Amino acid sequence: MELSIFGIESTSTALVAVLTGVALVVLGLSLAALIGPRSFAPQKGEAYECGIPTRGESMVQFKVGYYLFAILFLMFDVETVFLFPWAVVAKGMGADSILAVGVFLFVLILGLAYAWRKGALQWK
Amino acid sequence: MFDFSIVTGWLDSLLNSFMPVWLTTVVECVLIGVVLLLAYALLALFYIYFERKLCGAFQCRLGPNRVGPFGLLQSFADMFKILIKELIPINNIDKFLFMLAPYLVIVASFAAFAVLPWGNGLQIIDFNIGIFFLTAVSSIGVLGILLAGWSSNNKFTLIGALRSGAQMVSYELSIGLSIMTIVLLSGTMSVSGLVEGQKDLWFIFQGHIPAIIAFIIYMIAGTAETNRGPFDLPEAESELTAGYHTEYSGLHFGLFYLAEYLNLFIVSGVATLLFFGGWMPLHIPGWEGFNAVMDCIPSVIWFLAKAIFLSSIIIWFKWTFPRLRIDQLLAFEWKYLLPINLFNLVLMLLVVAFGWHF
Repeated sequence: MELSIFGIESTSTALVAVLTGVALVVLGLSLAALIGPRSFAPQKGEAYECGIPTRGESMVQFKVGYYLFAILFLMFDVETVFLFPWAVVAKGMGADSILAVGVFLFVLILGLAYAWRKGALQWK
Repeated sequence: MFDFSIVTGWLDSLLNSFMPVWLTTVVECVLIGVVLLLAYALLALFYIYFERKLCGAFQCRLGPNRVGPFGLLQSFADMFKILIKELIPINNIDKFLFMLAPYLVIVASFAAFAVLPWGNGLQIIDFNIGIFFLTAVSSIGVLGILLAGWSSNNKFTLIGALRSGAQMVSYELSIGLSIMTIVLLSGTMSVSGLVEGQKDLWFIFQGHIPAIIAFIIYMIAGTAETNRGPFDLPEAESELTAGYHTEYSGLHFGLFYLAEYLNLFIVSGVATLLFFGGWMPLHIPGWEGFNAVMDCIPSVIWFLAKAIFLSSIIIWFKWTFPRLRIDQLLAFEWKYLLPINLFNLVLMLLVVAFGWHF
């Protein structure tokens, strides 16, 4: 049980924060829709690109580089998730824990070095 | 140090004296929500004014000075102006995702906003994994930006969203590792625990060299995470019109704008929490009189002052460095910041293991 302000459980206050966010968007948008002007013109709904009608597909092909970085991110993000619980308790642990985490970090850095060597970090 | 839990406890018992328990909880939840909403909106308005004024000063201009004294009402005027703008319906968009994107961005920043240590006894969300929760919710914002760019059915927004996504996920690693370095030092992830651990000395002094390296990396990554300063290429005006929110109009755009400014505050607030003691006053062990004087300043003012100071540094970056290219940006993260950060983590581990910290 993690009590926060007023002695309410933190899960409830987190829910309150999320609902407040939703309420801000709902209230703001409905207010804006209520008092904002409305006018209709066929050109208004066009995509804003350069002033003349858009040509071709908008879902264009994009660089595969973004995808590679996303994959790398996945690897390192999972690593972060693994390391956080260790980081909390690391203070009281001895040399064994340093060694174990050292091996883990070494394997990770090896992975980064491999990706680097393979040219995944190169923007071609 | 004034403890706000006296006030909240008094209010709690007052409400409990004439209401059933469940109703008290509901009333208190509504109160928290209203205060959060007000704080969020006022801080965003303040930040918009503050940034424009500061940018003016950096460029030897005056900044806003016409509406109200010193232009103080300028951002209120802007808010009303954006409220009365039309929400233009766009053809050929993915309507559901288009509408969903601002919700995700705002909700992510709200949840992160509530985790911050506002003052002594003013901790709104206090999980024992508080700081981890913060990194988790702030990454939902990336999803909102990606959805906004993709669903707009526009080439500019798509490129802007992809750049933004690549940039934010990459720099999130550095943020996570910097946070981990401090968690290693403190041995706790709860926000109140982190603040409590800095009672005698802030973590940036406790952890000396690795903490300072972590702080510098955090500030760089935080700037990138908020799409600001030299890293603002998701919305590089000269090449992508407005990046991922090109197609949004009126308040729809305003919500992205709001979240962006609040993210600036959240990033500097987290930096304050991790390195500069959250709401803890500046204490130096042994200097009793000095500590007593520092205790006189209210905790909320300490927190806000430190956070606003750090955000002015982030604003300063913007006018100091030219914008990077996307390949330079990603190479900077993956080839420099990440290895340095991993090395720094090992350094902090050694510092903690051998008790070299203060």
